[in-house]
Amino acid sequence: MTPATLIPIPYTWILSLSAVLFVIGTIGVLLRRNGIAIFLSLEIMLNSANLAFVAFALEFAARRGVAVALTGQLFVFFIIGIAAAEAAVGLALFIALHRLKETIDVDRFNILRW
Amino acid sequence: MVTYVFLVAALLAVVFSLVTIAHRSPVVNVLSLAIVFFALSAIYAMVGMDFLAAIQLIVYAGAVLVLFLFVIMLLNIRSVERLGSGRPLQAALGAAAAIAIGVAIILVIARQSPSFGSLLPDTGKGTAYSIGRALMTTHLFPFEFVSVLLLAALVGALVLARKEER
Amino acid sequence: MLGSLWLIPILPLIGFVLNLLLGGVRARKSLVNAVGVGSVGAATAVAFSTLWQYVHQPTVTIVERYFTWIAAGSISVNASFQLDPLSAVMVAFVTFVGFLIHVYSVGYMHGESDRAYARYFSYLNLFMFSMLVLVLGSNLPVLFVGWEGVGLCSYLLIGFYFEKDWCASAGKKAFIVNRIGDFGFILAIFATFAVFGSTEFTDVFPMAAAHPQQYAAMATVIGLLLFVGAIGKSAQIPLYVWLPDAMAGPTPVSALIHAATMVTAGVYMVVRCNVLFRLSPTAMLVVAIIGGLTAVFAATIGLMQNDIKKVLAYSTVSQLGYMFLGAGVGAFVAAIFHVVMHAFFKACLFLGSGSVIHACGGEQDMRKMGGLRKYMPTTYWTFLAATLAIAGIVPFAGFFSKDEILAKAFEAGSGGLNGHGATYYVLWLLGLAGAALTAFYMFRLVYMTFHGSFRGGEEAEHHLHESPWTMTLPLVVLGLLSLVGGFLGIPRLFTGHEGWNLIERFLEPVLLPLGGGEHAAAEAAAQVSHHVVGAGVEWGLVVLSLAVAVSGILVARSFYIGERAFERPRRLADRYPLAYKLIANKYFVDELYEAAVVQPIHRLATLCWKVVDVILIDGVGVNGTAFTTELSGDLLRFLQTGNVRNYALSVAMGVLLLVVILW
Repeated sequence: MTPATLIPIPYTWILSLSAVLFVIGTIGVLLRRNGIAIFLSLEIMLNSANLAFVAFALEFAARRGVAVALTGQLFVFFIIGIAAAEAAVGLALFIALHRLKETIDVDRFNILRW
Repeated sequence: MVTYVFLVAALLAVVFSLVTIAHRSPVVNVLSLAIVFFALSAIYAMVGMDFLAAIQLIVYAGAVLVLFLFVIMLLNIRSVERLGSGRPLQAALGAAAAIAIGVAIILVIARQSPSFGSLLPDTGKGTAYSIGRALMTTHLFPFEFVSVLLLAALVGALVLARKEER
Repeated sequence: MLGSLWLIPILPLIGFVLNLLLGGVRARKSLVNAVGVGSVGAATAVAFSTLWQYVHQPTVTIVERYFTWIAAGSISVNASFQLDPLSAVMVAFVTFVGFLIHVYSVGYMHGESDRAYARYFSYLNLFMFSMLVLVLGSNLPVLFVGWEGVGLCSYLLIGFYFEKDWCASAGKKAFIVNRIGDFGFILAIFATFAVFGSTEFTDVFPMAAAHPQQYAAMATVIGLLLFVGAIGKSAQIPLYVWLPDAMAGPTPVSALIHAATMVTAGVYMVVRCNVLFRLSPTAMLVVAIIGGLTAVFAATIGLMQNDIKKVLAYSTVSQLGYMFLGAGVGAFVAAIFHVVMHAFFKACLFLGSGSVIHACGGEQDMRKMGGLRKYMPTTYWTFLAATLAIAGIVPFAGFFSKDEILAKAFEAGSGGLNGHGATYYVLWLLGLAGAALTAFYMFRLVYMTFHGSFRGGEEAEHHLHESPWTMTLPLVVLGLLSLVGGFLGIPRLFTGHEGWNLIERFLEPVLLPLGGGEHAAAEAAAQVSHHVVGAGVEWGLVVLSLAVAVSGILVARSFYIGERAFERPRRLADRYPLAYKLIANKYFVDELYEAAVVQPIHRLATLCWKVVDVILIDGVGVNGTAFTTELSGDLLRFLQTGNVRNYALSVAMGVLLLVVILW
């Protein structure tokens, strides 16, 4: 039996990093007017979620067995996939909008209002 | 030693994510995001999820960010406004809300008992093998589902982006 | 046809349905006659053949149960008819007098359009059906069905000329005032169910009679409630006000419904429940007092009326008072006797007045009549016979019945019935006074209408004629009955033994003996017999009532006959203007009701309408809800700014809220 690998990083640090990145991403989404920039911030948020999953996978793998770690990684895997799909569609949307309004300033897209 | 690497990677991630959201030039935003991804990938590798690290780099940094760059160049977006310009009230509220959420999460995390160093047992076969096997057996349905989703996204992107035929 | 009592009411009901259809197709009047009069004639024939069978067998109470009408838990009511001496008497005269009036109507209503004619006969048939159900019913609910039915027909027929507002209003007034009485009746039905567990006469009365002390208190309550119903239906104080207004209907209707049959339903009901009343001296006293007061009160109003039908209406109210007075002193048989006699002579009087009105071309004011006996001899002689009967002159019908009632009242007074001797004496005096007044105003009517010279103008005088045979034949029949009908109940006084008082012997089984100990002894004393006062006193009473009646006639003669006619009454009126004004205006009772009852209810209704309905329900409820919804929509739409960043902010706020809540 090969010895288990000791990872000297407490999972709480990873979680904190995830929290900080999440806050940064949220601020970016709420405060920027450029559509592309909003998407980038969104990617940051998704990555923070991935980090959180990894942290938990790490911790609970130690407590409950390696299968949990595997599930955690798979979750991240799928999230990456979905994020990619979402980015593709979103960017296509922006292209279409730019064709329409010659701008990607989000504040200008307010026809669907009262 | 690993701990220090982790701290450096974390610092890089935070700093460059700040740049991503703050800088005016979209190209700079994208490239700094790339660096964030690299840092994250390093962290994944450090905790033993090497396949995941590779996927992160290939898919995220390699494909998604390149897509972003293409679109920026296509739409010829030069410089944009500053962070938080227009609607100052919204900006303030948003920032406050975000920070509040962050504080709440940190507080929850602080309650956990940090065990220094977690044990990751070695299966002897490598993570790629394990992940691949799991995808094809126990997690087959989500796997196929995501592929269908990607197909839908592909078609959707095509339809949305093409020129209107008069 | 014993065994199919249902046939008697059903025939007029079929007539009702057929006449409705005939009215719809505007059939000829002769066809309507055949159906309308024929159905009642057939019912009369069936009724009499049934009664013939009934009297030729030992007297029992026959109950025919048809089906279970109401079955609700412990409450069970059968649809069933009962034939016993009392209902036999009622069925006999209701069908017969009803038939005569139907025949009369053929002549009287011939001027109406075909549709109205058929409508009239269909309502009249429906009335016969309801009245027969009422008298044949073997329990209180079935009786009540008939009770309501006759009320409905009364409304329909009073408002027959509904195109005229005042006729429609009179019909409404009758129905509404009746309803007040019906409320008491319904409560009585509930009470009977509660106390006795059943409302069948053959259950309740034997049960009550066997245990007088046990049921005495409840019998008072039930009796008083039933009497409230009778006050409404039989037009006693204070619910008599609808009867004079009911004269708006065609005269045959007034004759049938408001003289002979419907208004006597109250008396029938009291006599039917005599066991309950006899258990309760209080209830009997109340009945007697109201009856006596009404008798005199209505008679005083009748003195000063100028409309011929109104005089007869108040006379009916007064005579009904006599009937209740009789019931109240324990003379139930005398009360029913008076019902039958009254049916004969009052119907004759009303039909006679209809004949007069017909001849005068619709004129009803007696001041414009006079000297009609030259032109309408048949009408005159039958009218005179009926008037003598109502005045109580021997040997005519009214004498025997009214005299019996007054004698029993006197005996109640002298015998100290239930300890209220003084009150009963007073009531006897009131009855005597009423007899004088009755004789006076009835002969006033005769003299003003038929004697002297015609005061209606030359033009009208040319049109005066006798009525056709369809109208005079019933008059003759009723006139004859007014003459000889009294011989049904010749009291012992005249003939020396009981055997000649046919009606008393016939109706005896209806008065169940009350059982149980000392109450029986008291009851025996209460059921005053002829032995309490001697024959001498009795003869004295007879002479006294005759004298009183004759004096009334003589005063009327002096007032209204001869060259100085109308002078004396006018001088009397001038000498006492206040009294004259009070009585001539019917003591302002209608005005009092209008102010005290009608106006407040009207205001309440207006309040409900203007405030509750319009403002609260419509304004706040319906419109208000719509307005609030619109307003909230108008305000909430500002949430849709169209700005994506706002939406994102909302999401972030939501997440924050969730985190806080889930903390």
